[in-house]
Amino acid sequence: MTNEPIVKVEGLTKTFGNLKAVDGVTFEIMEGEIFGFLGPNGAGKTTTISMLTTLLRATSGKAEVNGLDIHKHPNEVRRRVGVVPQEYTADEDLTGLQNIILCADLYGIPRSNSKAHAMELLKLVELEDAADRKVSTYSGGMRRRLELASGLINYPKLLFLDEPTLGLDVQTRTAVWNYIRMLKESYGMTLFLTTHYLEEADSLCDRIAIIDHGHIVKVGTPSELKASIGGDVIVVGVAESGPDISADIAKIPLVKDVKKSDHEYRIKSEVGEESSIKVIDLVRSKGLHVTKISLTKPTLDEAYLEFTGKSIREEEVGKMDAFKQRVTMMRARR
Amino acid sequence: MTEDIARSTVTAQEQAVEERKERDAERAFRAAPKLDKSPIHGLWALTNRDLVKWYKNPVQLIISLVQPVVWLGLFGKAFNISGLVSGNLPPAALNAINLGTFGTTSYFSYLGAGMLAFIILFTAAFSGMSVVWDRRFGFMNKAMSTPVGRGAIVTAKVLQSVVRSLIQAAIVLVIAVVLGMDTANFSLMTIGGSFVMLFLMSFGLSSLFVMLALRSSDWQTQMAIINLLNLPLLFASNAMLPVKTMPSWLQSVVGYNPVSYAVDGVRQLLLGSGSSSAAAAGYQVLAPLWVDFSVLTGFAAVLSVLGIVLSWRLLSK
Repeated sequence: MTNEPIVKVEGLTKTFGNLKAVDGVTFEIMEGEIFGFLGPNGAGKTTTISMLTTLLRATSGKAEVNGLDIHKHPNEVRRRVGVVPQEYTADEDLTGLQNIILCADLYGIPRSNSKAHAMELLKLVELEDAADRKVSTYSGGMRRRLELASGLINYPKLLFLDEPTLGLDVQTRTAVWNYIRMLKESYGMTLFLTTHYLEEADSLCDRIAIIDHGHIVKVGTPSELKASIGGDVIVVGVAESGPDISADIAKIPLVKDVKKSDHEYRIKSEVGEESSIKVIDLVRSKGLHVTKISLTKPTLDEAYLEFTGKSIREEEVGKMDAFKQRVTMMRARR
Repeated sequence: MTEDIARSTVTAQEQAVEERKERDAERAFRAAPKLDKSPIHGLWALTNRDLVKWYKNPVQLIISLVQPVVWLGLFGKAFNISGLVSGNLPPAALNAINLGTFGTTSYFSYLGAGMLAFIILFTAAFSGMSVVWDRRFGFMNKAMSTPVGRGAIVTAKVLQSVVRSLIQAAIVLVIAVVLGMDTANFSLMTIGGSFVMLFLMSFGLSSLFVMLALRSSDWQTQMAIINLLNLPLLFASNAMLPVKTMPSWLQSVVGYNPVSYAVDGVRQLLLGSGSSSAAAAGYQVLAPLWVDFSVLTGFAAVLSVLGIVLSWRLLSK
């Protein structure tokens, strides 16, 4: 991973009528990393991607993609980035191969090159056997892989993926994750993905921005985000109610917080593995018996809920978006 | 021991699969080719996509031909002026009536020319629907995320409709001839000229209906628009009935309807309705042939330019 930003976004805003879908987001994506936008439905993830891929005009703010201003050079931006949208966009009446070649045509890639290239991409996503079948016969997973392949047709260095595993079964989701990792590791591609699946963000992304109500509330690596809610939790049970040793425990390096209840100490530590051993040593040196010990790592779920709150989102979905989402889910489940 | 061997074979296989995948990917990402940035490249790809979908699905073609054929075969044959009056009239007088009213020997031939415009009008009207479907099923988004010109997206929709409508018009013409349309004036020139007229009409109307669909993602609205415009455009024209029997207010409406000019031009070319004998019998053409041609050219040019200009504004939100 080099430390050059490939995407620079500053105060990007999009308003629809009275609604601020994206409200002044600022972030950078470094070359070669997988950057994730994690947020609940209606947080502004897709709107941000649409602006960066020049499908939507930003209301205000600046953004550079591949060093090109999205307002001044929309065509050049489109030429250079790959996009895998949330919905299935392939034409059902055409075959998988025809769909990819059509995409290549739209990028102006000559047929002499695009035919072989399309076939290679289909092989990459393991669809070569289905290349000549109509897309209407594809399963949801196959369609998602086809979308991925057509997003790669223009040799992009930067790929946008909007909810790449929406509605997929576990097997296909794992396969899609593997392709994404391969694109990064073997070809040094930069990937920007949005998701509302926490485990997806956790296992794939180098860095995550948690976005809610159009604002970025937190940016960091998955472990930073987890650590930021207070670290690991160690619970130590003691046999007899001896002296309160909370103050001593608190002096152990990396321990951030100690709470005592009847026969238990609840300890928060930045690195639970290291602290827990020291805690046990300390408890024993005070002549107490350890009856039980548990170590819990915080999940991204906890971090996420901490930053976005727990209220369920019932934002109004446009008629059109609702339809598209239904179609996508319907097709994915086939 | 055997288990170990089995396990190592599996991992070797897995490794081979991994390596193959990486080799494929390696090749897939070799240096990008030189791009063809001409707008025609993308325009042709998009037009061709719709046409391939169309000719791979002949049911659609057959259904679209049913209506004009029903009109021709049933209405055209049933609306028998000659039958109404033939009892009392000598054939020469009957011919004079036909020539004076329809500019040709029979109502059937008159309607045949009108049906060519009919199929063009109805095909063009549905060109907007394919924009709506592309929007609903995501393809429009895909196309918009590529560098292909927004104008090319719109023009491709217009072109595919033009090609389809002209092919359908050719089929309707053949059917009309088989059913008894007068071919006395047919020649390469008159048929070619007629199809130029129809081309212009189709281009203008398709641009109009595509334009009306640019912002819409709702097929019910689109259907309503089609119904709202189709029948008035058809009945307030000379496609089905002679203008001179219409009330005067309707006659002036007919004069503003581009469909009338296409039908008038086609009748003058294919049926010779602009001939001096027809004029002598009392038939009035809507306008001289060159006026028909100019009106249609202007109509097609204005609407197609308008469509492209609007596409820049309306396609992206």
